[in-house]
Amino acid sequence: MGKESFLNVNVKVWRQRGPKEKGEFKTYRVEHVSTEMSFFEMMDTLNEQLINKHEEPIVFDHDCREGICGTCSLYINGRPHGIDDAITTCQLHMRKFKNEETITVEPWRSAGFPVIRDLMVDRSAFDKIQQAGGYTSINCGAAQDANAILISKVDADEAMDSASCIGCGACVAACKNGSAMLFVSAKVSQFALLPQGKVEAARRAKAMVARMDELGFGNCTNTRACEMECPKSVKISNIARLNREFIKAKLAD
Amino acid sequence: MAIEHIMDPALSRIPEGKLADKWTNYKAHQKLVNPANKRKLDIIVVGSGLAGGAAAATLGEMGFKVKCFCIQDSPRRAHSIAAQGGINAAKNYQNDGDSVYRLFYDTIKGGDYRAREANVYRLAEVSNNIIDQCVAQGVPFAREYGGTLANRSFGGAQVSRTFYAKGQTGQQLLLGAYSSLNRQIEKGNVTMYARREMLDVVLIKDKEGVERARGIICRNLVTGELERYSAHAVIVATGGYGNAYFLSTNAMSCNGGAAIQIYHKGAMFANPCYAQIHPTCIPVHGDIQSKLTLMSESLRNDGRIWVPKKLEDAKRLQRGEIRGHQIPEEDRDYYLERRYPAFGNLVPRDVASRAAKERCDKGYGVNGTGLAVFLDFSDAIKRLGKDVVADKYGNLFQMYQKITDDNPYETPMMIYPAIHYTMGGIWVDYELMTSVKGLFCAGEANFSDHGANRLGASALMQGLADGYFVLPYTLQNYLADQIQVPRFSTDLPEFKEAEDAIKAKIQKIMAVQGSRTVDSIHKELGHIMWEHVGMGRTKAGLEEGLKKLGEIRKTFWKEVYVPGEANTLNTELDKAIRLLDFIEIGELMARDALHREESCGGHFREEHQTEEGEAKRDDKNFMYVGCWKYMGEGKEPELYKEMLDYQEIKVQTRNYKS
Repeated sequence: MGKESFLNVNVKVWRQRGPKEKGEFKTYRVEHVSTEMSFFEMMDTLNEQLINKHEEPIVFDHDCREGICGTCSLYINGRPHGIDDAITTCQLHMRKFKNEETITVEPWRSAGFPVIRDLMVDRSAFDKIQQAGGYTSINCGAAQDANAILISKVDADEAMDSASCIGCGACVAACKNGSAMLFVSAKVSQFALLPQGKVEAARRAKAMVARMDELGFGNCTNTRACEMECPKSVKISNIARLNREFIKAKLAD
Repeated sequence: MAIEHIMDPALSRIPEGKLADKWTNYKAHQKLVNPANKRKLDIIVVGSGLAGGAAAATLGEMGFKVKCFCIQDSPRRAHSIAAQGGINAAKNYQNDGDSVYRLFYDTIKGGDYRAREANVYRLAEVSNNIIDQCVAQGVPFAREYGGTLANRSFGGAQVSRTFYAKGQTGQQLLLGAYSSLNRQIEKGNVTMYARREMLDVVLIKDKEGVERARGIICRNLVTGELERYSAHAVIVATGGYGNAYFLSTNAMSCNGGAAIQIYHKGAMFANPCYAQIHPTCIPVHGDIQSKLTLMSESLRNDGRIWVPKKLEDAKRLQRGEIRGHQIPEEDRDYYLERRYPAFGNLVPRDVASRAAKERCDKGYGVNGTGLAVFLDFSDAIKRLGKDVVADKYGNLFQMYQKITDDNPYETPMMIYPAIHYTMGGIWVDYELMTSVKGLFCAGEANFSDHGANRLGASALMQGLADGYFVLPYTLQNYLADQIQVPRFSTDLPEFKEAEDAIKAKIQKIMAVQGSRTVDSIHKELGHIMWEHVGMGRTKAGLEEGLKKLGEIRKTFWKEVYVPGEANTLNTELDKAIRLLDFIEIGELMARDALHREESCGGHFREEHQTEEGEAKRDDKNFMYVGCWKYMGEGKEPELYKEMLDYQEIKVQTRNYKS
């Protein structure tokens, strides 16, 4: 374990009652924060302080607290998931901050993700995109023996890298265009790389892109901010593959 | 002592015939529902993890109208997603002697002979279908260069039968179920209700006066409103109750609320004291800690667990004067390899956890709190090279490093046991129906299959078996008799009554206006549970624990403070409602642990151990499922014993030594 020390920090948080209400930053002081604490444990401490003063706690999404469920979604000091690479907010630790630092905490800001309250946003648009085609049309019980489909280790590993997307939305939050291309391309790529997914590849690419456009996400202009901020290091080459799949599908129309 | 009854064996509804034929016979003779009638039947599925998500998707594919509920903002975030290591199946792709029978046998033995034979055999039987189904969905399992599926080993088995997708197997399987679910949502067969928490089940009497589950009441976690939903049958697949301990590897929102609600409505709670303590978790660092992180059991394939042989080395480690890698090989005690030569580091979880506790209790702990042991990869790195180790476990090493700021490639990991999974849960019959008609329970939420201890990589197997391959059959068998029953209106008095009761409870919670936060009381509950109903239990400790649990309930009703309003988004109220249910679960666990005067699996009574410190079962008096029936508020629940009848398996003392 690292050497434990203690910090005092000022937390500047976005507070917003509801989707239609005006929000504002409020600053709170949290003292004697252990560097071994996670960022959320610091937020828990702050919320305990607020509740003990009969104020309402800061609302934020979080669940597994081990970097896999994709629920947490904070924009900290200008970066989705804060100032470390390849982590979710829940994996951020206080040892990354300095004593007396002011930490700015905002929700994902994007047209596709309206604020519900404070730091909690509505990401149901991501589910809707997946519903448009993020699957193979296989009914349960109809499958052949698993080893009947041989897949090269290289393809399987690459599909796994694409499939490791946790659907947190950091890519959208990082993008100046509010584009969901990295998210969409991760799923399209996973299936495009696997024989099981190839059957419906054309339909899938078109349907998912169309749904993404309908839901108000912006376009990709290759700034690569999404790749920089993705907690699971999903690569922008997925977007290239999505474009290929999409063009292939359109040319076949 | 509680009032005890012997359960009528017919209630378990185990099909006739030889063990290996039971499920085939069941499917051959069960009742079916024709496609036109399926459209007229509604099914509620609460929970969208492996069990719930798979059931909702599959029932939708079959043509039933499904309403699926989850507390997360998306069904993709159910806590099944956090399972790391893998999923078992009896494929025998490695040609190492595996078979359906052997998986069945290992599971019964691993569960310390406290699971129902027929259910476990069916689980082993459908395990192979699960792998086929997941591969067809496009789940990117790890593969060999030849293109076939790869396997690794897990605890309690001498074969390699675990399929995996890096250290993210649960994620990939859940996303597979989620993709099938999405396809049915798009088709209109499943309606998804996210950010909803079930707060009660609604029972309605049929023409013969039999109460049947016909709906649920939910709290919309965004608006705070109570909502009513009706259906012909209800499936509860809401996971386990490990968060009763506050600190566990469960996600923050995991709770036992749905289980307690249906327990209050007549579903029996079976074996509540069987909780799994996972041996390889990152140790606790301080009071403000909010959760514990698991390091996958798969690490025990290549990692070796040890503490120093010399007490003075342990003391120096505890004072931070030296680090693990500085202790020479001859001064290390690889205690699992020493005590259990046949299985070594791959003994089952309960055995590994107790062995770690034993060493730390004797003073050999390796960190500042004295509550940690080493999990060391230096041998594996020497043998396989860093790249191979990184390829196998890279994401787990990264996760460890982010949390502890230590590099496990250079210095051994520190680990300690933590609450991880609950084998106990709602009692179900062979069809996964609870003691309430039309109310089913699946996945970790039910008690079936794992007995007193679950083997690694079997939770994913059970969740998906229930969801993909069991409920779709048994639900149909139940609903075949319900095709004449029209859809239910949620204006019926039964719905109003259930909603009013919840409203009253919420008002009562809001009205306390005490001086303590929900978390502060929950942490206190967690301490009581860990101290009195933890890894080593005693009669005196459990009795003391029960007393303290009664006091904590009083503390809740006197001291809790929930800010804000009830009829809006209120995360503190969500937690307060769950906490009340955790207190009740804690009492059930303690009561069950107190009555079970033996040690088995995850339940270790210090009074009942061998001279070598191994768990000592009492098959003569305790070879049964302990089912608790709710008798009303403030009253003691009554115990119903489902006697376990082993016909295929010879019951033995568990041996992982030779």
